[in-house]
Amino acid sequence: MALRVLVGVKRVIDYAVKIRVKPDNMGVVTEGVKHSMNPFDEIAVEEAMRLKEKKIVKEIIAVSCGPKQNQETIRTALAMGADRGIHVEIGGKEYENLGPLHVSKIFAKLAEKEDINLIILGKQAIDGDNNQTGQMTAALLDWPQATFASEVTVEDNSLKVVREIDGGLETIHVKLPAVVTADLRLNEPRYATLPSIMQKAKKKKIDKMTPSDLGVDVTPTVETVRVEDPPVREAGQKVETVEDMVAKLKEAGVV
Amino acid sequence: SSTLVVAEHTNDALTPITLNTVTAATKVGGDVSCLVAGTNCSKVVEELTKVPGVTKILVADNESFKGFLPEALTPLLVNAQKQFNFTHIAAGATAFGKSLLPRLAAKLDVSPISDIISIESEDTFVRTIYAGNAIATVKSKDAVKVFTVRGTAFEASPTSGGTAQSEEAPGVDVKNELSTWEGQSLSKSDRPELTSAETVISGGRGMKNGENFKMLYELADLMNAAVGASRAAVDAGYVPNDMQVGQTGKIVAPQLYIAVGISGAIQHLAGMKDSKVIAAINKDPEAPIFQVADVGLVADLFKAVPELTEALKKE
Repeated sequence: MALRVLVGVKRVIDYAVKIRVKPDNMGVVTEGVKHSMNPFDEIAVEEAMRLKEKKIVKEIIAVSCGPKQNQETIRTALAMGADRGIHVEIGGKEYENLGPLHVSKIFAKLAEKEDINLIILGKQAIDGDNNQTGQMTAALLDWPQATFASEVTVEDNSLKVVREIDGGLETIHVKLPAVVTADLRLNEPRYATLPSIMQKAKKKKIDKMTPSDLGVDVTPTVETVRVEDPPVREAGQKVETVEDMVAKLKEAGVV
Repeated sequence: SSTLVVAEHTNDALTPITLNTVTAATKVGGDVSCLVAGTNCSKVVEELTKVPGVTKILVADNESFKGFLPEALTPLLVNAQKQFNFTHIAAGATAFGKSLLPRLAAKLDVSPISDIISIESEDTFVRTIYAGNAIATVKSKDAVKVFTVRGTAFEASPTSGGTAQSEEAPGVDVKNELSTWEGQSLSKSDRPELTSAETVISGGRGMKNGENFKMLYELADLMNAAVGASRAAVDAGYVPNDMQVGQTGKIVAPQLYIAVGISGAIQHLAGMKDSKVIAAINKDPEAPIFQVADVGLVADLFKAVPELTEALKKE
């Protein structure tokens, strides 16, 4: 088998950065803040790489939708081993309002254009926490979806996927072409070193296009009304002994 | 307006979050219908007829729904939507709801709203973003609002007094040639389920290994508590992923949450900070968990947990 794989790589605020809400309450501060590849997308790229190393996959295309800086995210995927990149350039207000449905439409169009057999995405991005893009891309293509994957085995023209569900695991089989979304335990992503990003990845090609090149309308239907800080939880007391702890919990009526 | 709740169940019983979702649906205003799709699921239909606030139950009992695969359920839901024109379609924000509703929304060409914690009006919803570090209020301009509901943010609806009528859903005879369900392996436990337990005890990297979680199980059995874990403990391979509490795991809001050997990373706090009372045991006095704990004990957990177990045995 020689699958052609599309992986989605989103540029998000780094997971270790403390989020600050903008003073106008219309979003969070992104300027001057460290960004990285969405951690679940790293797992998706890694899974594609492992299939390529097993000779099941022929080509991996890393796609990112967003402003110029998203090229860095694509370069990281190329440094990890993806073969080429596609940057769907969307900036300014349009990017602020870009939602999972728009991205799904872009991915679906690219899948058709590039003759893709397998799409691997992270199960969710750690900024919007939507957990929608994989499911919607599969729906638009009329492909099956294997969400929250923790183990993927390629079989004869289908995939056997172990999924993380509430209370345990589930095994399903999906016909190819299919969409897989990566959960935490699928693999341990490799680390792309800086020289690798600079040298190897620089030579690989990144195609640029816009949503309208693909015939995708990115008019938003969901509007942000406001963004606020979560309510602050006041720290309580520290106690000295287990006895004191039990006494406090009894006082609160919870033991 | 009229809302359809996609019931989550096991064919034998309703999954508790369905009741929280019904409550959320009643907050939209207007009629609430439920769809029960499964194989030999009449018990679930009976259970739902007693839930007040539900007026109609659409039943789809068919072999195709074995394993509740989204590839089979989506065409069924599209058929129901064509016939009844619901203004809202909701499900619990669980592995089931999160898989199914976006697929349905894409088929209806609308943008779903995930994991809502509050409903401001028919078209305006509140949800957390950035692992709970910001709260966004969003307004949907789509004709049909498709959303999933965070169970801990809405009370469960009562389970008696209702008089819902049931009827067969339209277009039940769907074919699914895309996917098949092989089976499940669920963690067997006599302890309460993590997301609905009154008390949750979670262990973190400080537990050092999986073996040491026995200490927490013993305490949990004494307190009728569920046992959870931080992502660090899951990543280190101490316990399975379905025990993970946090933004990428389960969201819990019990009466009492006991964090043991958990430093309190942002992503963990996102999963438990709505608990009524938080107790923390950690040897590092600077651990961020103490900033949210109502009762904090700076101590070696390997001494404190057995002591706590003994103290509670005496009560």
